[in-house]
Amino acid sequence: MEALSLKIMSAIYILWLRQLKRYFRSRSRLIGSVAQPLLFLLALGFGFGPIYAKAGGGNYIEFLGPGIIAMAILFTALFSGIEIIWDRQFGFLKETLVAPVSRLNIMAGRTLGGATVACFQGIIVLLAAMAVGFHVSGGLFALGFVFMILIALLFTAVGTTIASILEDMQGFQLIMNFLVMPTFFLSGAIFPFEGLPKTLVLISSLNPLAYGVDGLRLSFSGVSHFGLIPDLLVLSVITALFLGIGSYLFSKIQI
Amino acid sequence: MNIIEVKNLTKQFGELKAVDDVSFSVSKGEIFAFLGPNGAGKTTTIKMLTTLLQPTSGEVLVDGNNPATQKYEVRCSFGIVFQDPSLDDELTAYENMEFHGVLYKVPKNIRKARIEQLLKFVELWDRKDDLVKNFSGGMKRRLEIARGLIHHPKILFLDEPTLGLDPQTRNHIWTYIKGLNKEENMTVFFTTHYMEEAERVAQRVAIIDNGKIIAEGNPTELKKQTNTSSLEDAFLKLTGRTIREEGVGAVDHMRMRRRLWRR
Repeated sequence: MEALSLKIMSAIYILWLRQLKRYFRSRSRLIGSVAQPLLFLLALGFGFGPIYAKAGGGNYIEFLGPGIIAMAILFTALFSGIEIIWDRQFGFLKETLVAPVSRLNIMAGRTLGGATVACFQGIIVLLAAMAVGFHVSGGLFALGFVFMILIALLFTAVGTTIASILEDMQGFQLIMNFLVMPTFFLSGAIFPFEGLPKTLVLISSLNPLAYGVDGLRLSFSGVSHFGLIPDLLVLSVITALFLGIGSYLFSKIQI
Repeated sequence: MNIIEVKNLTKQFGELKAVDDVSFSVSKGEIFAFLGPNGAGKTTTIKMLTTLLQPTSGEVLVDGNNPATQKYEVRCSFGIVFQDPSLDDELTAYENMEFHGVLYKVPKNIRKARIEQLLKFVELWDRKDDLVKNFSGGMKRRLEIARGLIHHPKILFLDEPTLGLDPQTRNHIWTYIKGLNKEENMTVFFTTHYMEEAERVAQRVAIIDNGKIIAEGNPTELKKQTNTSSLEDAFLKLTGRTIREEGVGAVDHMRMRRRLWRR
């Protein structure tokens, strides 16, 4: 029994390791996925900073920081999940699917790998943000990592779900425009909910990333819109839900 | 004892029957060639035998288990070299082997020894730390064959394994596979377009065309039956001389459409 669980662990471990190796070997992806959030942070942060301060919002970089960290995690996690489409096109998926390893374990290894990479990305962006003036205050610092992990798991699972339905990269641009960007823009990452039109607030409160951004902001700056318990609860439930949906659809893939 | 038992197997994609009421069996330790023109249903059949595709109807037993319902048991019993590439280009040759060995639960010391032995055998040992994306087509093929043998499966499925390999490499690889077949009583199920290869290696042959098995027996029987002198001539006599198209055929289109709208 112990030997069996050890073997399951090693299957999950090797799948996890593969995600990490692929990530760290693809230098363009590494640079791109750090550079893009940084660009947003610098351009928006310093561009809108003065107006934000004039409007009485205070330091914009302080507000924007958690949003950009969430963005970095969102993008990296989603792409890790979607990588399944590549694996399918390049044939490697077959190799994993005929192995005597349950689909659930394959999914677990991949998801953990994708989430690890995404969290790593989030930490880099956090450090970069701190370098340009983002201050971490309040005693909930460690909680920030819990939210990072949850966001990373959630969107890796969303990526897996999408990849299990789509069979090639043609729908990719569509996903970018109609899923990823709206998720990011309507998450409260770049502007506060206070004073927004009611419809916009309503739509945003249906967006799971909004709770992640809010949770990060609470952890790093001590400011929250929804509150700690709703943040954690909503994010955990939706993450669990998508892990379930992703696993189910992944288990149904036929080659 | 039959290690593969197929009865009335059918796979339908929309209107088209890719595999149509096929029955055959392979006995343990046999080298069995599954031949047919492009698009005849060879790969679809292999996919159903190897748990990748659900049959529309019919019965299949692989090592006593049903691939549609007892996937795990079936997956433990075979190794496979696919028709099209299935390596991870971003990993090294060694890492690809290691990945496979771990997934197939080969104990660490045996795994290490076998990976070294197999990589040396396919003459890739000195390139073991190179990324696979820098390999030529032939090198990738050799690596895939080596990988399929790490866990010494009971049944080895080879879907056009020697495509694109030179005669030296082909000969080399078949010698090794025949060795495993003898020593470990490993059953080999393979497809190929090289008829002389099938004639030389296979103990028994089945020919499939348009989803139906049209002839079965050992190469000598098939030659006698068709009154020809080589398996190639027998094959041509049985399947006709029309050139088949693959990849643009109706089956593929339908398959693609079906896939797109599957869910």
